[in-house]
Amino acid sequence: MLALDSLSLRVGDFWLREVTLRVANGEYFVLLGPTGSGKSLLLECLCGLRRSESGRIRLGDRDVTHLAPHQRKVGYLPQQSLLFPHLSVRANLMFAPRLRGLSRRQARDLADPIIRSLGLGNLLDRRPGELSAGQARLVALGRALAAHPDLLLLDEPVGALDEPGRREVCQQLRRAHKDFGATTIHVCSSLAEAALVADRVGILAAGRLVQIGRLEDIRLQPAGAEVSRLLQIDKRELL
Amino acid sequence: MSDRHDNRTSPAGPRFHFLSVVSLGMLALLVGLIVALFASSLSYESLSLRHVVYLAGSPEILAAMQLSLTSSLLTLAAVMIFAVPAGYALARYRFPGRALADAIVDMPLVVPPVIIGLSLVMFLSTGTGQTIESGLKAGGWSLQSTFGIVLCQFFLCVPYAVRSAKTAFLEVDRSLEQTALTLGCTRWQAFRKVTLPLARNGLVAGGVVAWARALGVFGPMLVLLASAQVKVETMSTHIYLELSSGNLEFAIAATAIMMVLAGAALLAVHALAPGRKWS
Repeated sequence: MLALDSLSLRVGDFWLREVTLRVANGEYFVLLGPTGSGKSLLLECLCGLRRSESGRIRLGDRDVTHLAPHQRKVGYLPQQSLLFPHLSVRANLMFAPRLRGLSRRQARDLADPIIRSLGLGNLLDRRPGELSAGQARLVALGRALAAHPDLLLLDEPVGALDEPGRREVCQQLRRAHKDFGATTIHVCSSLAEAALVADRVGILAAGRLVQIGRLEDIRLQPAGAEVSRLLQIDKRELL
Repeated sequence: MSDRHDNRTSPAGPRFHFLSVVSLGMLALLVGLIVALFASSLSYESLSLRHVVYLAGSPEILAAMQLSLTSSLLTLAAVMIFAVPAGYALARYRFPGRALADAIVDMPLVVPPVIIGLSLVMFLSTGTGQTIESGLKAGGWSLQSTFGIVLCQFFLCVPYAVRSAKTAFLEVDRSLEQTALTLGCTRWQAFRKVTLPLARNGLVAGGVVAWARALGVFGPMLVLLASAQVKVETMSTHIYLELSSGNLEFAIAATAIMMVLAGAALLAVHALAPGRKWS
């Protein structure tokens, strides 16, 4: 289980305030909010790329609040795919296993189920520059999964894709989640996208986590004007 | 005027206009002047290629070449040991005095080279310098021998490598390092496995330029030569001394060798340039 207790973070004038959240093992949690609400900051704090001002982050029975990123076992898929351009797709996928000292064969054995699940078999010898945006997202997801993280963070994983691409990648995200069961936090600003993948949703507005629940429940009973406004905007997207 | 890039970016209209004629004309003139300058030094009438090759094999030139190559390679090693971390620090970290440090690294580029040699000689006359010199002599070294040559070359050449390293590191997306951290890399592993390979071409190009500069350092060598009790004759000082003694043939033979080495360095830098950015 991921447990955030009163996590606060400040960047310039912006505050992410007192975020308290529980995400169960194997849950697919979507963090929904408008641009500039602090979603990406929260993810960067969870994976250790930013220090929190106060509060605590626990992952299972480990307090990871002050651990360096490489000690957390938190996989992170940033908004840009950020594949390593000097490595082939295969080498990108085997990056984390090889880092752990596995032999090439062991790393391949570990990466194979991920490659099959995400349908990356025909891309393995390509360079990142030769991939479409959707393919690059899936490879980046596969690379993060190959690190066997306790928690997987996806920052706008389909944000740069067109509508059919979004649906397809969202389906593959759910399939990978089912296959590998990693506890996942998926950040997006689209209600339609959240509806495709989420077990539960948290609404983040102006640095505060204002509502948490199942999407249907939030739609029926939005907690306050900010959530209502966000849902109104997105209803048009759903039509 | 007909390459792929121009086809994509040139607007419709006449191919040759005032700007293109002037800019291309000036470029052609500059290239012509540089070629003419170097060609003239090698077109000395009474000197055939065979003669140059023969002279280049003389013990004096071979000794100068050996000292030049040894010292410039030692300089290259020392330069890279400093330039890679310094370039990384300037590219990645914000710290008090960063702008000043950045400017000071460039200082040898704007100071007349002869001042470097003079400063070294002056330093030798201080108490600290003499202590260091006696310490070096105990170990079989001297500031007035290869060690001194390497020091002069180092100060003159290190800015080129630092500039190049800084630019190469700036071109590597910092987010790639951060991604590597989340995949289990320590900071050192992220640097070694991601940043360094991506900056490699820029670093190598900077090293080649620094080495080529080291090979040709002259001003400080002359000061060192004047004050040295031992023979510190590199290729550049050898050319000068041969010229001063009226041995034009030997000077030209040494010049030819220097130009071949410089040409090789230039080719290496340009061969590396297109691959600097990974796409």
